[in-house]
This record gives sequence, C-alpha cells and structure tokens, in this order.
Amino acid sequence: MTLLDVKNLKTSYGPVNVLAGVSFAVEPGETYALVGESGSGKTTVIRAIAGLAPAQEGSVKFDGQEIRGASERTLRPLRKDIAMMFQDPVGSLSPRLTIRSLITEPYRIQGMKDRDLDAEAKRLLEMVNLPAHFADRYPYQLSGGQARRVGVARALALKPKLILADEPTAGLDVSVQGELLNLLNDLRERLGLAIVIITHNLNVVRHVADRMGIMYLGRLVEEGTTEAIFKDPRHPYTRCLLSANPEPDPDARLERIALKGEPPSLLKRPSGCEFRERCPFAQEICTQTPQWEVDNGHGLRCLAPLHQGRAA
Amino acid sequence: MTDTLLEIDRLSVDYETARGDLKALRDISFDIRKGEIVGIVGESGCGKSTLISSILRLTAPNTRFRQGEVRFKGQDLLQLPERKMRDLRGADISIVFQDPMQTHNPVLSIGQQMLDIQHRSKASKAEKRARAAQMLGAVGIPDPEARLDQFPHEFSGGMRQRIAIAMALMSEPDLLIADEPTTALDATLEVQIIERLQELQQEFNCAILFISHHLGVIAELCDRVVVMYAGAVVESGEVREIFHDPKHPYTRRLIDCDPGHIKERARVLPTIPGEVPDLANLPGGCIFRDRCDLATARCVEVPPLAKLKEGHHAACWLNHKEAAE
Repeated sequence: MTLLDVKNLKTSYGPVNVLAGVSFAVEPGETYALVGESGSGKTTVIRAIAGLAPAQEGSVKFDGQEIRGASERTLRPLRKDIAMMFQDPVGSLSPRLTIRSLITEPYRIQGMKDRDLDAEAKRLLEMVNLPAHFADRYPYQLSGGQARRVGVARALALKPKLILADEPTAGLDVSVQGELLNLLNDLRERLGLAIVIITHNLNVVRHVADRMGIMYLGRLVEEGTTEAIFKDPRHPYTRCLLSANPEPDPDARLERIALKGEPPSLLKRPSGCEFRERCPFAQEICTQTPQWEVDNGHGLRCLAPLHQGRAA
Repeated sequence: MTDTLLEIDRLSVDYETARGDLKALRDISFDIRKGEIVGIVGESGCGKSTLISSILRLTAPNTRFRQGEVRFKGQDLLQLPERKMRDLRGADISIVFQDPMQTHNPVLSIGQQMLDIQHRSKASKAEKRARAAQMLGAVGIPDPEARLDQFPHEFSGGMRQRIAIAMALMSEPDLLIADEPTTALDATLEVQIIERLQELQQEFNCAILFISHHLGVIAELCDRVVVMYAGAVVESGEVREIFHDPKHPYTRRLIDCDPGHIKERARVLPTIPGEVPDLANLPGGCIFRDRCDLATARCVEVPPLAKLKEGHHAACWLNHKEAAE
C-alpha cells in the first residue's frame, strides 16, 4: 500500500501561488527526491505534508488517512510516523538543551513516560554512530556533521515510517556528506524507512534516491526513476539542471545548456509553458499550456520534450 | 619573478584562547601571479577564513602573527601601517563574501551603496552613478539604471551575489578574493556566477583567489589549486596535476569523496573517517597521519612541502624515495 499519496496539493500565501498543484506518491521503504531551484516550492511541499505550512487544496494521504488540514489533535499521534529533518542543523537544535534532552524530547512530547530516557539516548546515539558521552554536550559543542547526526537521531526516536529531509547535506564537507548519506541508506535498509529528500545537489540525488521529481514554480515538470532521469532527461529544465552540475575534473567536456535568466515571479506566472521564457529549446507550440502526462512511469509536463538531450 | 602579485611566505598564525594557542595556520606558503585564478580548497576548519582575514588584516583581536610574511607587490602587508592598509582594501584587494543575503546594507538602495564605495574617486555624482550602472550591466543585471534605485530585498540571491561582484570589481582591483561565493546558491546560479567571474577576469585582468570546498567549481574555474588541511598546505599545483595526479593522500581521498565523481549509483559512498585534529593540542608529525590509510613510521616527523616538479608541491613522505623502502 502506498505510504504517502499527495494529490494536487495547492498552497498560496495571499496572491502568491507557491504550490500550484503537486502530486506524487511514495511507497514504503522508498527514497524520493524533490529537486529544483530556490523558490520552486520544494520546502513548502514537505512542510505542508507535515502540517507545518498551509495547503488550501488537494489531498495528502498517509497510510490511507487524509491528513491535509487535519487538526493538531489528529496530527500529533501521526507525528510518530512522520519525522522531519530540518535544513539548518545547528539552528534546529535548542541551544539550551543537552543532546540527551534534544533527542529524547519526542518521547516526552508523545507522553511516553515509561521510557528509560538515558537508555534511549544511548541507543539513538549509537544508531547514528556518535559516542555515548555526546549525550551531555550542548549543540554549540558539535560540528556541522555531528549536529546533522543528532538531527537524524531525533528524527528516528519514535521509529517513524517516513522521514522528510530538507537539504540534509547542505553546508557539509564532502567527506562528511558521504557519511550522512551512507547513514541514511543504511537506516533505510535496516528500518525500512521511506524518505522524501529535498536537495539541489544532483550528485547526492543519484546516490540516494530511487525516484525523483523535478519542480519548477510550484509544479512538478518531470518525474521518474533516478536512473531514467539521469540517463535521458526529457524536460529541458531537467536537462539544464543536470548540465549545470560542475564536474570535479578540469578536463571534463561539459555540454552545458545555459539557463537564461532567473525564475519568474510567482505573481506574474508566464502564459503557456511557464518555463518557455528561459527554455533554450522553446518552440511555437510552447505558448500552449502543457498537461501532465505519464508514459510508462515517467511523468512529463512539456509539449516539446527532448530525446537523448536533443530537441525532437 | 616580476609577475608575482601576492606571496604568502611561511605564514603562521595563532589564536590565543583560554585553552592555549590555537595554531590556525602553520607555515603556509604559496603565491598568486598577476591575472591568475588560484583556488583554495579544504574542509571546515582548514584555515581558509583565517588566511583571507590575514591577507586583508581583518583579524580578530586574539590573532597573533607568529611568523612569515604576506607580500603584496613585494610589500609585506603585515608590517604596513593601518592607514596604508585601509587605502589598499577595496582598492587594490577586494573581496566577495559567502552570503549574498547579508553583504548589502538593507536600508540603503543599491545605487547609494555603489556611490558610497566610490568615496575615493573625484568624479561627480552623476559620473559615479553612471559608473555604477555600467558595472551592474557588466555583471548581467538587466535595466541597470532603473535598478540602482531598488533595495537589496528586491533582488534575488543570485543577483545580489552578482551585485557584490560588481561592487568588488568597481575599483579595478589587482586581486579579488572570493570566499565561497557560490555556496549559498543553486547549481544553475552557481554556474552563472562562475562563468561571469571568468569573463570579468578576462576583462579586468585581475587575479582571483577563489575559496571553495566544492571541487567541481575549483576544477572548472581555477588555473592552480592550493589544498589545505587543518591549518597547513598539504599540496599545491596546476589544476590538472592536482585532479589527475594528486600526490598527497588527503587530496586523493577528498577527490574520491566527491559524489560527482561516481557515475553509477553507489550503495556506500567513500568518506574520510576520523576528525580534524585539535589545533590547540597538535598531535605532532604529519597533520593527516591519524586519518591516513598509508601512514608509516616516518610520519611522526612533519613532512616538508616539497617541490615534486615545476608547479607541483606536496607535503607527504610517500613522495620521498628513501621512504619508499
């Protein structure tokens, strides 16, 4: 059974349509990546799923239960199953609490009074490969990578079925980034977690995600298995994103497709295909509005899709 | 060499702390030639920021320069009177900081800020304004004349970083220091900034000291690379040498760790286990010894940054023949 089913989710703040209808589904044990530029609405999607951002329309089903617009009373027990990893690793930890208090706070919030919190803290620290004496430390005594691990430990405390991870490797050094991704991969295998990961680092996506969705201006423009998208991106925006990824090789011959300009204002959405003004492959037909079409598990919103990186 | 612009010569810098002296930079040597782009790559805590602030002499009060010189056009900046140093900053050496959101004053228009930084110029206000608009145009801000009257919050992050670059280049400096200028930006904007920097470097012929922990960006932009680890230079050389034939285990492992290198989906990504040593309590010997999979008995001695061939230096005993047996 599908674990998370998001359908036509819409969020607006006043006149600003941040999410203009987002749909995707995540199976148990699957890692799904949401990719896109700043302002594409990635973070709003997962915040809306967790009930931390409003969503005026659409549906979010978790384990078959509708949770969009659910009351705090309905959501609270569900938060055992849906954990969030926030973007800023140090900022998301209260500076006045010890690591022990921080990672066992979920038990207190859920009223699980019978737990031995010291033992739980030890177990969680061990799970994320941190020494047990870290329980007595404060957030300022941690490096960025260690703070991330604490964030993972806290997210795992209540044995969730789904983790929503907002840029979990942003700001980490490459050596530490690998450790965190290995940890997430390992936990997923051991605990059968499903993960929705938000990132703009495509090198990361390739190694953790089973499937990925590419967002532009609050909509998905392409979706498919990570392998298929890296091998043959159909949407020009995806192609641009993939080609904008600098290679750690000075001799790499990049066929870079320049993306023109910056994302347009959400207050002035372009007519027709919303990517058309920046699209290096735009054609006359693109003044019409493209619909979301799914072919063999590969979703696409484009009237002039690419084949093997070329215009058809 | 007459074309050398900046020479860092055996620079050692400590921070005095309650726990004792923190040896933030130890025996740093490298140089930058006129019009060259040199990258500094290293992880958190490697001393990149201390190095930049030492060059500009914008250091914290507990900073102690223990040894060495920072020669800019032959003149040791560490000996320069503060007045002279102020003349130099922003004019001959300018800097672009990491966070474009906090670089600008939020309550002044961009135009006002761009006029203010021309305070040394004798030009009229109208001329200064025209110059500001011209620079905004040069970094690709559309309709620059009108946008001068806008405030920082009316620009996107990528635009703000380009404005910061425009401001840094306005005085036509000989050296531009770019401190992780693309870290806060999306990949698409990162590429725009890199390409823009390359163009501007051609146009203004300034040297660029580019600090980053993103190997892909370094590989694409720089002529030469300096690799730092825990306050020391472990390797330096031409960008191709460093990426294709690294001679220090740390450099090699760092490149291996970059997931951009690994095209097939990896179940387990390479990492560098262990942590950067405590700089207030140095372990002695090679600084990378504890985390190095190739360490030998020889490594209890600090290896010198030895010249392996023209344009390639590394500090590792493995490159010394007598250590090989």
